[in-house]
Amino acid sequence: MERAVTSGARIGDRPRPKKNYLNETRGFKSWALTVDHKRIGIMYLVGTLCAFLLGGIFALLVRLTLLTPAHKIFGLQVTAETYNRFFTLHGAVMVFLFIIPSIPGSLTNFVLPLMLGAKDVAFPRLNLASFYLWIVGAVMAVSSMIIGAVDTGWTFYTPYSTTTSGTVTLMTAAVFVLGFSSIFTGLNFIATVHKLRAPGMGWFDMPLFVWGMYSTALIQVLATPVLGITLVLLMLERVFQIGIFDSRIGGDPVLFQHFFWFYSHPAVYIMILPGMAIISELIPTFSRKTIFGYRAIAYASVSLALVSFIVWGHHMFVAGQSQLATVVFSALTFLVAIPSGVKVFNWLCTMYQGNISLETPMLYAISFLMLFAIGGLTGIFLGTLSTDVHLTDTYFVVAHFHYVMMGSTVTAFIGGLYYWWPKMTGRMYSEKWGQVSAVIWFIGFNATFLPQFILGSRGMPRRYYNYLDQFQPLHVFSTVGSWIIGLSLFMSAAVLLASLRKPADAPDNPWGGTTLEWQTSSPPITHNFEDQPVLENEPYDYRPKAVTH
Amino acid sequence: MSTTLPDIHSHGGHDEHGEHNPYHQHHFATMEQQFDTSKLGMWLFLVTEILLFGGLFVGFGLMQHRYPQQFIEAHEHLKQDIFGRPFPLYGTINTLVLLISSWTMVMGVNAAQTDQKKKTVRYLVLTILLACVFLGIKYVEYSHKFHDGLLPGIFYAHQSEDLIKGTHGYATFFAFYFMMTGLHGIHVLVGIGLLSWLVMRARRGDFSSAYYTPVDLVGLYWHIVDMIWIYLFPLYYLIS
Ligand code: HEM
Ligand SMILES: [Cu+2]
Repeated sequence: MERAVTSGARIGDRPRPKKNYLNETRGFKSWALTVDHKRIGIMYLVGTLCAFLLGGIFALLVRLTLLTPAHKIFGLQVTAETYNRFFTLHGAVMVFLFIIPSIPGSLTNFVLPLMLGAKDVAFPRLNLASFYLWIVGAVMAVSSMIIGAVDTGWTFYTPYSTTTSGTVTLMTAAVFVLGFSSIFTGLNFIATVHKLRAPGMGWFDMPLFVWGMYSTALIQVLATPVLGITLVLLMLERVFQIGIFDSRIGGDPVLFQHFFWFYSHPAVYIMILPGMAIISELIPTFSRKTIFGYRAIAYASVSLALVSFIVWGHHMFVAGQSQLATVVFSALTFLVAIPSGVKVFNWLCTMYQGNISLETPMLYAISFLMLFAIGGLTGIFLGTLSTDVHLTDTYFVVAHFHYVMMGSTVTAFIGGLYYWWPKMTGRMYSEKWGQVSAVIWFIGFNATFLPQFILGSRGMPRRYYNYLDQFQPLHVFSTVGSWIIGLSLFMSAAVLLASLRKPADAPDNPWGGTTLEWQTSSPPITHNFEDQPVLENEPYDYRPKAVTH
Repeated sequence: MSTTLPDIHSHGGHDEHGEHNPYHQHHFATMEQQFDTSKLGMWLFLVTEILLFGGLFVGFGLMQHRYPQQFIEAHEHLKQDIFGRPFPLYGTINTLVLLISSWTMVMGVNAAQTDQKKKTVRYLVLTILLACVFLGIKYVEYSHKFHDGLLPGIFYAHQSEDLIKGTHGYATFFAFYFMMTGLHGIHVLVGIGLLSWLVMRARRGDFSSAYYTPVDLVGLYWHIVDMIWIYLFPLYYLIS
């Protein structure tokens, strides 16, 4: 089988249209007031990547502080308060401003309507509103850091969050606003998937990316309101002392944890499902093989979304739940492993005997598989009562969630960005340097976070700014790893941005993908398709006919 | 994998009869698809509303479980003295008002669907009036609470033998009372805004049997707002 052409030449005989969504209209207003899902996707991409950069800087500061047990950066003393701010800002920015909104807002906004053969999302203006809410939330969150200080951690646990003097109220208000941004995005995608599929496209003809994002959207709509109201309660408790979370005035601090995790455990699936969604596209495309177990993956996405609502108590095994509750939550947590495992095995079976090619997106996809396996398996350690009592609130937990959030979701995000970059910008990037960035990413990630499993299992607690001398070698290892990650990200930015300087050269379908977004020009025209596409084949049809075109 | 279909679906802006409907958005193939989509979107939004209130209901339930005695004592203060017996007068009237307003809303939607412009306007205005009555009564009720110092958290300043300041539970009850009825009141206010907008458009003649989506969607919203009150009423006024 012939590889798809990766530069210059074009598949098919359609001439490149002169007008596309990028140059049809010009000027600031044409972007600021656009309702085109593709432009909104690009704006979300720029916004969330800025947040990623900001969160990343704080991550480097956290790691720098931990380079030595003396909590100093280049000889400058880092106080406990400053350190608390570092990790709070890092966590809050990464979670609320980057991971949760990034894949839905940017890549999905761009490709989901294309994959469905639709002209836009169901509610284009709501889509723009979601983006502006994100901006408002981001400005509020960042100003809460500049005006005052937030030192509660991204989890805002009471009673500390109701007693600390920082600008917690503004920060939680920001997260409330961001929650509505996320709800609007999810609502839009659900309606789009239900109502705007191309003629002939049944539910089981949709690309698996769409299934994954549909499941994500369900959680966004069903869980986020609870977070919203929880944060309102927290703000009112701080401002008016209404007596719900603060035990001095008759409240129950553990209640906050219940409320918070009722959202935030599902929220971790808002974070991982989009990653899985991207991987379900990358693996078949670069294995040139029909996805194995299509329905199993689709159902696994939805069941992950549903199960995610009934396991929140596993974050509170040592917070004074009843014995019965801990046992039940532990058992339910193990359920999560089943659909996760189903997906991983299906991806592996798709690769098995496939015609694998290791272009940049595929390298990221393979990294995802390995890192997600580690992240998921260590989740089982934490879901087990006897081990969790030892590991909770240690670096083991930190390593676990970085393997799933960063090692899996961010890896998939970068892979997806490389994958759809030619479609979004019309440019091919340097394949070689992209591949190098992927390898460095994998090395840097493991260097940073593998040692943290060891640290945690030896008793290094999380959120501490100093530690026993014996932990230093592993901490040094981890900090150096964070620089390698930084290098890789810097390379990716350079590789992608450099591609923008040359004229548009990307073919419509550089990777030989079978989903509908590859059927339109790169970059697409404003209305997406010249004519309404109609689906005739099942998705991921890599039988020879489709490959040679 | 794909071919192109000749012209039927390729240009939005035409409904099935081929006439141009000015409200038809380009990314929907038919008006019907547009209507169904808007309706689905509204339902999803209402689900989030219910969940938002749901969090408060759960919080209330847990706090009631924690302070059962105090909650019962506190709720007596939501009642009025009617012929020597305590009776939740304001709450009951407001429940009736909202129920009737749901009916006027239904009639308004129906009138819009059947091209009856005058009737549409009339029923929408009636709905607005009822909503205002509801808020008026709420205002009276709130001012009594303010007067008695039955307020949330730090503002709690009640002076009498029962409901002594400082005892856990009372201030929390009133915190929930004001949060939930207040959030509901804000929804009623938003509803008045939306209904006024509908009246304006209805008078302009925007709605017809071919296009009445906004009336239909605001109607849904209004019913949910009423329904939430139907749950709030027994929760606050009738607990025992
Ligand atoms: C295979 C499935 C998974 C299982 C069984 C699992 C289990 C757990 C458990 C039991 C904890 C609590 C540990 C403790 O605090 O003592 C935990 C923490 C955490 N997990 Fe997972 N997890 C899984 C997948 C994920 C995924 C996919 C994500 C995110 C994308 C994630 C993100 C997190 C985060 C952020 C925390 C820590 C929250 C905090 O306290 O700050 N997990 N996990
Ligand atoms: Cu969890």
